[in-house]
Amino acid sequence: MTIPLLDVQHLSVDFATRNGTVRAIDDISLVVGKGETLGIVGESGSGKSVTSYAVMRILDRAGRIAGGRITYGGMALHKARERDMRDIRGREISMVFQNPRAALNPIRRIGQQVADVLVQHSQATRGNAREKAVEMLRAVKIRDPEQRYDAYPFELSGGMCQRVVIAIALACRPRLLIADEPTTGLDVTTQKAVMDLIVDLTREYDMSTILITHDLGLAAAYCDRLVVMEKGRIVEANGSAELFHGAREAYTRQLLQATPRIDSEVRDLLPAALRATAMPLPETHDVGEPLLTVKGLKKQFGKPGADNGHLAVQDLSFTIREGESLGLVGESGCGKSTTSAMVMRLLDTTGGAIEFLGEDIAAIPAAKFAAHPLRGKLQMVFQDPTDSLNPRWSAAQSIGDPLQRLASHMNRQQREARILELAALVGLPVNLLDRFPHQLSGGQKARVGIARAIALDPRLLILDEPTAALDVSVQAIVLNLLEDLKHRLGMSYLFISHDLNVVRLLCDRIMVMQNGAIVEEGNARQLLAAPATDYTRTLLAAIPHPPQAAAND
Amino acid sequence: MTSMTPGSTVASATAPTRPRSSYWSHLKYVMSENPVTGLAFGLFALIILAALFGPYLVPHDPLATGVGAALQPPSLAHWFGTDHLGRDVFSRVVVATRLDLLISVSAVAISFVVGSVIGSLAGYFGGWTDRITGRLVDTIMAFPLFVLAMGIVAAAGNTVENIVYATAIINLPFYARMARAEVSIRRNVGYVQAARLSGNSELRVLFGHIFPNIMPPMMVQISLNMGWAILNAAGLSFIGLGVQPPSPEWGIMVAEGANFIISGEWWLVIFPGLALMLAVFTFNLIGDGLRDLVDPQRRT
Repeated sequence: MTIPLLDVQHLSVDFATRNGTVRAIDDISLVVGKGETLGIVGESGSGKSVTSYAVMRILDRAGRIAGGRITYGGMALHKARERDMRDIRGREISMVFQNPRAALNPIRRIGQQVADVLVQHSQATRGNAREKAVEMLRAVKIRDPEQRYDAYPFELSGGMCQRVVIAIALACRPRLLIADEPTTGLDVTTQKAVMDLIVDLTREYDMSTILITHDLGLAAAYCDRLVVMEKGRIVEANGSAELFHGAREAYTRQLLQATPRIDSEVRDLLPAALRATAMPLPETHDVGEPLLTVKGLKKQFGKPGADNGHLAVQDLSFTIREGESLGLVGESGCGKSTTSAMVMRLLDTTGGAIEFLGEDIAAIPAAKFAAHPLRGKLQMVFQDPTDSLNPRWSAAQSIGDPLQRLASHMNRQQREARILELAALVGLPVNLLDRFPHQLSGGQKARVGIARAIALDPRLLILDEPTAALDVSVQAIVLNLLEDLKHRLGMSYLFISHDLNVVRLLCDRIMVMQNGAIVEEGNARQLLAAPATDYTRTLLAAIPHPPQAAAND
Repeated sequence: MTSMTPGSTVASATAPTRPRSSYWSHLKYVMSENPVTGLAFGLFALIILAALFGPYLVPHDPLATGVGAALQPPSLAHWFGTDHLGRDVFSRVVVATRLDLLISVSAVAISFVVGSVIGSLAGYFGGWTDRITGRLVDTIMAFPLFVLAMGIVAAAGNTVENIVYATAIINLPFYARMARAEVSIRRNVGYVQAARLSGNSELRVLFGHIFPNIMPPMMVQISLNMGWAILNAAGLSFIGLGVQPPSPEWGIMVAEGANFIISGEWWLVIFPGLALMLAVFTFNLIGDGLRDLVDPQRRT
């Protein structure tokens, strides 16, 4: 057996915190061979990122390698001096981070940033740095690299920025690339492009890659071997196909199950124990009268009357019936969030009508709608559960806020009772009601957000990527909760997402949006089974496809 | 609620019950984590005690002349010595705390309230509100601030209230600008949108939801500003535009004592000067500690 490129043996990392020392990584061992792609998969808090920081020796001050060995190409990284590490970072091992915009210096031209790394590690001189940087930009498939050399990061899309980050990471031809959630926050089509690029380039340069991700599907599609982590320990390690189709450990199986696939149902995502106790879903449910009718909705940003501004939303029309769930799918910038903000009356329209419960609410200015009687009937669950809760308010205060503002007939006792009822409805333990958002987990915060949204018995709930910031196992539970609530309370949903697999689980009908217009609309199953437009087909094809096992599934 | 069991089991499994730490234990934690903060709080307590009980504790009447021989150096009988009228300097320094603190606290309170309301409105509504308040604040900033304060006191009259107003006006721009910046970055975050959906009026969103969240940085500003306001009040008194003799006040005492430095009576200037320095030092130090106290994220 050949010597592996990176060999981590019995690594433990401790963090000093206010409540004593916390072991973030406990005795993990992994190896990465030459030219191999290793996936480290785990949910938040599993220690997958800390592992990579330990390898790069960029743990923050509280963190400390408590034990174990990290050997890279014969060098003991765990006890290397900082000066030696500086040579290794970038030249031997380099990293691609999650948020490409944060990783780039906003006031420096992108080409220069690539050139900087080349000069820093003596791969280029001042004279030929530009030439080599352009070459690198071309390698990451940036069009017109000569012109783009002089662009600033804000002039590029998120996907393009990530390409630049990859160019910087690969500029010195390192032998190991650590990609930490490289595509989180990117659209599914961009994700595919970025991942394909990483795979192509690392193969071309004969590099090894560690892909750190929470997305088991993504990891399985691109990695040779997978390591599944939970709470700082390695739960299971195996080849991708073997792991994907024959997981041995219960945790891995649960994770696999929670990952939505093209054929899964919403109940399938739950672990078996929870599935058994879940409420049976009705086979079919009736849809009633139209609840929301949107006609010719338009939105133009910029000064009114100016013709040059483009329409963010152009002539949009759709209907949501009572008890129906409509999915709105599209990539970032397609206008779906603008649409939801207009329907939610947080944003004024440029034209068109929004008829809700028989009243044209588009005619009411957004600033006036807060006091309108229909406000409570039209509510929303926000994308980021952390961001959408007031950090200085306890969970109970957040849930009680709409009651206090809009249910003026309730007295204090009634409000308290209603908060308890809502907490029970969304499965939030009563003892958590006094906690502040930073004391709650992501899933608990999502529940608080949902409880607040349903406090006033809304008829229509807009779900704006409600699970995008959550781990898959929590996503599974939240999606099931939303499905339960829909049937129990008879609400209609407008579900906004970029993830077709998730939308399909909850929605009866799906609209696909591109550049501010609907390109395709239809029954969820039919649309996914037989998409009529190329754009929908592109979206579907971009969803990561796990390897097919030789054995039957 | 049988159908909800999936949710509740998971939630309770991930959230072990933990006793909520009390405010006092948090205070203790903040102090012990950073000894300088502990020191600052200790000095702060000392200053407050001096302000509240000073007049009852001092050995001599601060206004009484001839309690000892004039211009005596520090001794056991007169710890900080005596001044040219034979008054006890120690008693005067301690009693002056109340007046100096009163001026700076009320000035800072006024500029905080007015400044942050103006700044919040500007940051939240933008547009014309922002333009008008912005130019108003710029106008105040365009003057040399101490000269402006001098002008206000000279024009309005030499009273304690006017010193307070003058100090408040020249401090106002700092609060307005800070509040504006802090509010404008928060005006469209998720919880603000959510508050609008919950039926909060715009003003309630601003002052009920956003404003409490900008308190931690404002707290630091307040504490830094307190020291500055004390210096400002003392400065006004020093040049004769403020508290009038014979009231004990650090600024006047330094001004009066300055005449005697040449002849070697250093204690007339040093002790009120030290008191002033200590007060400013305390308020500058206490800022970070205060922020940690009001920030819920620091309270686990």
